[in-house]
Amino acid sequence: MKLDTSGFESFAPLSGSIDDVCSDLSAHQFFDLPNCSDFDGFQKNAIQMVKPAKGTTTLAFVFKEGVIVAADSRASMGGYISSQTVKKIIEINPYMIGTMAGGAADCQFWHRNLGIKCRLHELANKRRISVAGASKLLANILYSYRGMGLSVGTMIAGWDETGPGLYYVDSEGGRLKGTRFSVGSGSPYAYGVLDNGYRYDMSIEEAAELARRAIYHATFRDGASGGVVSVYYVGRDGWKKLSGDDVGELHYTYYPVAPSPVEHEMAEVPPA
Amino acid sequence: MARYDRAITVFSPDGHLFQVEYALEAVRKGNAAVGVRGTDAIVLGVEKKATPKLQDSRSVRKIVSLDNHIALACAGLKADARVLINRARIECQSHRLTVEDPVTVEYITRYIAGLQQKFTQSGGVRPFGLSTLIIGFDPYTGVPALYQTDPSGTFSAWKANATGRNSNSMREFLEKNYKETSGQETVKLAIRALLEVVESGGKNIEIAVMTRETGLRQLDEAEIDAIVAEIEAEKAAAEAAKKAPSKET
Repeated sequence: MKLDTSGFESFAPLSGSIDDVCSDLSAHQFFDLPNCSDFDGFQKNAIQMVKPAKGTTTLAFVFKEGVIVAADSRASMGGYISSQTVKKIIEINPYMIGTMAGGAADCQFWHRNLGIKCRLHELANKRRISVAGASKLLANILYSYRGMGLSVGTMIAGWDETGPGLYYVDSEGGRLKGTRFSVGSGSPYAYGVLDNGYRYDMSIEEAAELARRAIYHATFRDGASGGVVSVYYVGRDGWKKLSGDDVGELHYTYYPVAPSPVEHEMAEVPPA
Repeated sequence: MARYDRAITVFSPDGHLFQVEYALEAVRKGNAAVGVRGTDAIVLGVEKKATPKLQDSRSVRKIVSLDNHIALACAGLKADARVLINRARIECQSHRLTVEDPVTVEYITRYIAGLQQKFTQSGGVRPFGLSTLIIGFDPYTGVPALYQTDPSGTFSAWKANATGRNSNSMREFLEKNYKETSGQETVKLAIRALLEVVESGGKNIEIAVMTRETGLRQLDEAEIDAIVAEIEAEKAAAEAAKKAPSKET
């Protein structure tokens, strides 16, 4: 029985890969092009048709004590809410986590694959991989699949020798280093609260509360976000889940219902 | 026996890969090379054969850098060395690109050794006929390292080692005289080891020193001559000291 090691080979298969020992540049692959006047326009429309909108809200930011990562938990298929309990923060290894936005399967698979790569790197080099290195590995893989329909908008957060690290990586092959990111359809709303309340020297509780509030606000205004807000903290000793709160209940803690004044009840006039 | 040495991919009945062993012979015929690891400097020394008058000696550099913090010297087939060095240089940059960090000495040594091993297990190719001495500082911890690879694809770390012509006598000398040194003392130890097997003089030795701060520096002839003169003086003084007490008896 042959062991299937295709999971370890991450790059998209090229036609005619060049081997240093024996060059073999033969076997180009062919496919038919459709007859149309504007092929580029046709391609663009086709891509737009299959491009899944990233219905979610995730955010992450770096502050004095480390990195806070937060996400909602709703999965939607168009107007149908398919799940309110999706785990959108994926644990790559004990000191690195990734967020999920876009295609759930794509994010889950490639994060697991990244975890494999990170572990192999550790074993081969006797040292942990840096957050920059891990995010670069993922970005290179996604770049090699560019244009083939992957939908991944993820943030890699971790703590390595150089301190806290946060990178945004997407399926277009882009990779950005930064201190504040929010990804998904609810991100504009989350940015509003996050940018307003952010300070570098917050405590862990303050930072977690800011993240929770930002995600809650995004779920309030964005139909594709909802469910449960999960907040994770990444520090020197690795990641730790801080809280998981239902946004419905959070709403009433932020905006408690004031008891409305009750009209005086009509009392029976005592018989004179 | 002769039947088993034609192809690289054939073991002999007593477990030898003859092509690999013949490659090691080629190494033993190459010029002498020595490497010594100190606490803050690592030194590579190579025997320089007399250059013909019309040859431009600067084009025959035997100690090369693979990256800012890694250098390599080798003994054996120089043409094979060129190919291996090019591949290693590309790998150093590729590693910087994919993980945004410089290679460690151990990583690039493992890569070069892996390459040498690949060519002992394929059809239609022959092994690389060279052993390399790779030196460098770990980019994170700053620890100096010296590694050696050989045509079979094995590698190991050393405090001091020699390869090429008369490497056994150089290694014996190093085993007897090695101690933890730093700076100029490390250079002297390397030159003394080389002088065991090479004609004395700056034009027969090429020396390069690597330090954490300044990277790789090739010493020029005048500097080498000066150090050789120091060594000779020390040797003469030691001889005289030995003779003096015996005179009294």
